[in-house]
Amino acid sequence: MKKFILDLTITHKVQLNEQNVLLKLTTIDQLPEILPGQFAEIRVDGSPTTFLRRPISINFVDYEKNELWLLIQIVGDGTRRMADMEVGQTLNAILPLGNTFTMPAEKNARIVLIGGGVGIAPLLMFGEKLHSMGYNCNFLLGARSKTDLLQLDEFERYGKVYTTTEDGSYGEKGYVTHHSLLIGSNFDYIYTCGPTPMMKAVASYAAINGVFCEVSLENMMGCGIGACLCCVTDTTEGNLCVCTEGPIFNITKLKWQI
Amino acid sequence: MADLTTQLGKLQMKNPVMTASGTFGYGTEYSDFIDLSRIGGIVVKGTTLRERQGNPYPRMAETPSGMLNAVGLQNKGIDYFVNHIYPTLKDIDTNVMINLSGSTIEDYIKTAEIINTLDKIPGIELNISCPNVKEGGMAFGVSCLAASQVVAEVRKVYHKELMVKLSPNVTDIAEIAKGVEGAGADSISLINTLLGMAIDAKTRKPVLSTITGGLSGPAVKPIALRMVWQVAKAVKVPVIGLGGIMNATDAIEFMLAGATAIQVGTANFIDPAISVKIVEGIDNYLNKNGFSSAKDIIGALEI
Repeated sequence: MKKFILDLTITHKVQLNEQNVLLKLTTIDQLPEILPGQFAEIRVDGSPTTFLRRPISINFVDYEKNELWLLIQIVGDGTRRMADMEVGQTLNAILPLGNTFTMPAEKNARIVLIGGGVGIAPLLMFGEKLHSMGYNCNFLLGARSKTDLLQLDEFERYGKVYTTTEDGSYGEKGYVTHHSLLIGSNFDYIYTCGPTPMMKAVASYAAINGVFCEVSLENMMGCGIGACLCCVTDTTEGNLCVCTEGPIFNITKLKWQI
Repeated sequence: MADLTTQLGKLQMKNPVMTASGTFGYGTEYSDFIDLSRIGGIVVKGTTLRERQGNPYPRMAETPSGMLNAVGLQNKGIDYFVNHIYPTLKDIDTNVMINLSGSTIEDYIKTAEIINTLDKIPGIELNISCPNVKEGGMAFGVSCLAASQVVAEVRKVYHKELMVKLSPNVTDIAEIAKGVEGAGADSISLINTLLGMAIDAKTRKPVLSTITGGLSGPAVKPIALRMVWQVAKAVKVPVIGLGGIMNATDAIEFMLAGATAIQVGTANFIDPAISVKIVEGIDNYLNKNGFSSAKDIIGALEI
């Protein structure tokens, strides 16, 4: 897919909670085709400590409005500066980058998308695609606490939503892998994005139950376009760039100790 | 428009702007963003005789105004390059050079012999300065005797442009430059990365899997500029300056210090189109300041 360097203008900004901001952005030109799971490399201007671009998952694309959504979790100075930007300001992005999720082979497949924290970001766009193509989709979303569960209303448009919180303030108490949905359910396809320990627990569940499972990795990146070879992950084919061969990997390809 | 053509030893280039090895892949990674034929030269990813997996993740740490990397020369080896990558590069209308590294002098010689047979590769950048491999690499580049030896041996089998890339991790870089010039280098590029380190205070662990790595980006520019100035005064062969060049002004500073050409490295990560912008920026500078040719500003520092 052809990649573009675009200036994106913020049209809406939604403060989801203290740590997370949803930016809706548009551009003068028509947005290129973007696939679920792909990401953008965002340039951070004016930060003394942030030198490299920041890889951010694409949360959603509304082609009718020519609008792209980015879910920003404030982690360091770079993401803080993005979150501090206001409507009308522009972000410079390189996109679309990376691969996409593998579509299930059967229309009646039992599918669950498992997200943790801000890792839910790419799952919304994938859920919308699955829904629009006639798949039945389940979402299992976990967070530390009720306020950390993001975009539940958006997910509800595209399938049934299940939740867990570590403190029990919403949904079932515990980690996503403890949710009753996963006990005795025979899913055919699991897709997951979130903190690495969570994805490893999900991958372990999938491996034990022999379920197809794809994970979205979030390694530190230099360039985002396969030039610097900094973001590699160890696979059955050797070290592969997460930015070009991923970020989505089938768990059978990863050399995870699970 | 000023005359940007640049003669680099045996190489004729459209302009003095090249892209630095390890920051530009094989060029094709950037073809969505720029017309590759507009840059003077591309130095492709460090290549070795046999395939190397490189170092384990994490291989990168962001630092103030720069980054540390410890990739460790991950590449699929020269045979894979010849069979799979060379066919995609040979029709790009610019000088595509191979950055060659090795663990032993024999590896360097064998790989150089293979590269010598590739019609559309006009030159080698001999990497004796990689800080991220256990054997070879920088070990050759930090001793004048070892550096001269490897250059002399490769020179015997390689007959096109031989550019030698120096390490800044030495006491006297001008001495090493004179050594490799005497051993037959056609041109000298500098600097490779500076050996550095990053620690995560929270976990009390090193950030890189290799503990140390190579620092690049604007943080190293003043050191690179000083070394280019020292080396340009010490040798007669052309010098290619690199180290933290982020824009045309930085590039011009390196040329004023004595560089005949420059390489753009880490800046490619922040702006994949920067190399072409630097070509345009150098042209603008020459026009505005009444220079008819890029050659006029090489070593034109007024002291």
